[in-house]
Amino acid sequence: MITLTDQPFDPGDLLSAFCAGRIEVGAIASFTGLARAEAGATTTLELEAYPGFTEAEIGKIAEQARARFAVDDLMICHRVGKIGPGEPVVFVATAARHRRAAFEACDFLMDYLKSKAPFWKKEHGPDGARWIEPRAEDHADISRWDKETPR
Amino acid sequence: MARVLLFGRLSDLAGWREREVAEAGSISALRALLAAEDPQLGAALAGPGVQVALDQAIVRGDAAIGPKAEVAFLPPMSGG
Repeated sequence: MITLTDQPFDPGDLLSAFCAGRIEVGAIASFTGLARAEAGATTTLELEAYPGFTEAEIGKIAEQARARFAVDDLMICHRVGKIGPGEPVVFVATAARHRRAAFEACDFLMDYLKSKAPFWKKEHGPDGARWIEPRAEDHADISRWDKETPR
Repeated sequence: MARVLLFGRLSDLAGWREREVAEAGSISALRALLAAEDPQLGAALAGPGVQVALDQAIVRGDAAIGPKAEVAFLPPMSGG
């Protein structure tokens, strides 16, 4: 399930709901990304999406994750709009029979979301606002997945 | 009448996020029209990492724009 929301969410509630009623999956991995204050330099993080396109593009990578790793299910919840320091920005959960596939699919999805998903991120602070583009590390992180042979 | 959308730093630079453009029949014609009005925006649209989506699908190079098309200029993306 892929959700974009302009409202705060509780990652614990999402994880509980994602785990509920599963009797065969065995392993669930999750990741929660929080907005950083950067020692006061960032008072608000603002995320823009392209409604329709953003969900569709994330859906494509979710299908890749399903094809590549032995995952039974996955959940992605991403904030848009204005986000305060400490608030969750992104939540990813993956369910699989065994832990390795769950961990790897979660890692793969986050690397994709950081550098390829259609979001635009602006940091507002006392010194004004600036747009954030992917860092070199984000490109290096996603290129890890090019080298590994799909299963 | 195509609908043109700008995202991220491109909309801040242009001072608009969305507008209708009547005269452009292709993406290259649209780029030329926008650059003639606002050379700084024209340069930014041609800048590294800026992708174009036509009716919500990424296109590379030029393409014809239909009368009800939606053209979006997408600067480098960053989520999470």
